[in-house]
Amino acid sequence: MPSPEGTYGLLAEFDTPSDLVRAAQQARKDGWRRLDCYTPYPVEEAAEAIGFHRNKVPLLTLIGGMMGCAAMFSMETWISTVAYPLNIGGRPTYSWPAFIVPAYEWTILWAGLSAAFGMLALNGLPQLYHPLFNAPNFRNGATTDKFFLCLEALDPKFNLVETKAYLETMAPTSVVEVDY
Amino acid sequence: MATREVKPNDPGIDPATGEFRVVGLGQTFKSVTEKISSIVLTPHTPLGWLALFGIAGGGATVLLVAVTWLFLKGVGIWAITQPVAWGFAIINFVWWIGIGHAGTLISAILLLFKQTWRNSISRFAEAMTIFAVVCAGMFPLIHVGRPWLGYWLFPLPFTMNVWPQFRSPLLWDVFAVSTYATISVVFWYLGMIPDFGTFRDRAESKAAQYFYGLLSWGWRGSVRHWMRYETASLLLAGLATPLVLSVHTVISFDFAVAVLPGWHTTIFPPYFVAGAIYSGFAMVLTLAIPLRKFYNLEQLVTERHIDNMGKVMLATGFIVAYGYGMEAFMAWYSASHWESFMFWNRAFGPMGWSYWTLILCNLAIPLTTLWSRKLRTNISFMFFISIVVNIGMWFERFVIVVTSLYRDFLPSSWGTYRATKWDYMTFVGTLGLFTTLFLLFVRFLPMIPMNEIRMILPSAKIKPKAAVGAGD
Repeated sequence: MPSPEGTYGLLAEFDTPSDLVRAAQQARKDGWRRLDCYTPYPVEEAAEAIGFHRNKVPLLTLIGGMMGCAAMFSMETWISTVAYPLNIGGRPTYSWPAFIVPAYEWTILWAGLSAAFGMLALNGLPQLYHPLFNAPNFRNGATTDKFFLCLEALDPKFNLVETKAYLETMAPTSVVEVDY
Repeated sequence: MATREVKPNDPGIDPATGEFRVVGLGQTFKSVTEKISSIVLTPHTPLGWLALFGIAGGGATVLLVAVTWLFLKGVGIWAITQPVAWGFAIINFVWWIGIGHAGTLISAILLLFKQTWRNSISRFAEAMTIFAVVCAGMFPLIHVGRPWLGYWLFPLPFTMNVWPQFRSPLLWDVFAVSTYATISVVFWYLGMIPDFGTFRDRAESKAAQYFYGLLSWGWRGSVRHWMRYETASLLLAGLATPLVLSVHTVISFDFAVAVLPGWHTTIFPPYFVAGAIYSGFAMVLTLAIPLRKFYNLEQLVTERHIDNMGKVMLATGFIVAYGYGMEAFMAWYSASHWESFMFWNRAFGPMGWSYWTLILCNLAIPLTTLWSRKLRTNISFMFFISIVVNIGMWFERFVIVVTSLYRDFLPSSWGTYRATKWDYMTFVGTLGLFTTLFLLFVRFLPMIPMNEIRMILPSAKIKPKAAVGAGD
């Protein structure tokens, strides 16, 4: 891990999503790999541009859902046949059709919780501090109406002067240096 | 297309389609953000809000009084007895949870169908869902008689080794409603995280920055985050859709599984779900129409929304009408003496007035008028219709619960049902609680999802590379 000191990266600000997407495509084509875009709403094209195509949220959801289903169904079976068998209108203790409804609900419950908390965990949230918040223009625009491309210092191609000049060629509104 | 003939020069109409615009003309990322965040981030609380909050808070206090007295005296203070052992509590439970269903329909099902017009109304429809579920969930709990033992409903390892009975629809209800409440809260909160980020960045006061900063969990809008977020939202929508259908289905099982004329019918699940959506859309209109007026949100909640909600109500209203028709048909076709008596008694017995109120409010008034586009886009008329349907749907549950029970198989055990003041106070109290929670939501949380509105603005369109230099 690099020490969290010095420069985090260079942040270029754009006015429109199209400008951002073009810049991100260019940077990716020029070999940049440690880069990210920041937008006030989901811009799918920008994610495609930086090579982020698929994520693990669906897998986590599937696992969570299956675990919820298995947990509830086996609990119902255990309670109804072993722990507390009751004769309800002469029905068998293992009356599985009646167990489907709670198992179904728990499938949805645990799948939903896995989707939500899995997404947050994969995103590394909550993370109340981030170096980008130090950039003077980031908080004015990133959640309102501006579009940002950040080339990170961890990329081997990063050089404070050259990268700044490189970003300037993409016609951003501004390029600022972001410190840790 | 008819719109063009009605108001040819209305700026609210998109000339390309002849439909009302989803978002008013000339809105930008900034104007939308400013409009919505200024409602919350102002230190000035509108006087009207305070006045309403006072009234609603008074209502919530009535609930507190009613429930306190109930806990002291027991459910005997209500009108429930034999033969009507399920009274207002179950009526209100079903009514409230049905209202909640429209919120999930708007936020989940319409998201899956890519109906982008839903974006403006989805957030407060979800909030409505949650507050309605809060009110609904209370009723079975206070109806059990010893609410402090309510945790017995859950399969918890007790020292006395007593476990719940999983073959009962009443227990299925516990899991259906608790799952519904949890998933709705998670979906709602998740949707607000990016908007909390906006509030954090736009807040002037330190306290608001901390408050919304904590709520936003440090959201910074990275596109990687956004993509996972979108996946999670879609998955939650996909999960909430079967969930919402299952919740009211399970609630209808509470009735349909009982071998009782008027309840024991297979039409109940679809008819309950359609009725839930019908009443829920009515409640969304009841809330949306005053909100857009008081907060000047006509550019974001346009006639298009009101019109579309009217259409959904028309469609679900007809499913409900089919349900009523089927009940009457089966009463005759089943050739069961008990079924036909129950139906005759429901319509022409001493409580027949409730059945005809329901027919008037749910079928006669809305299903004849909602066909007209002119009326569907008439705001005051739609507000009136929404109130009528809310009343009608409450009476539907009243009819199902009370008129099926009060004259059963043995004439010697016939009775009647007359709600006590505590029944009324509890019901009015939940209206107060619901309104109180909703007012707090409007004041402190983003009531329209800013990030979703930005997505559907024309400036969000990505122009192809060829356009560089030519267009901009």
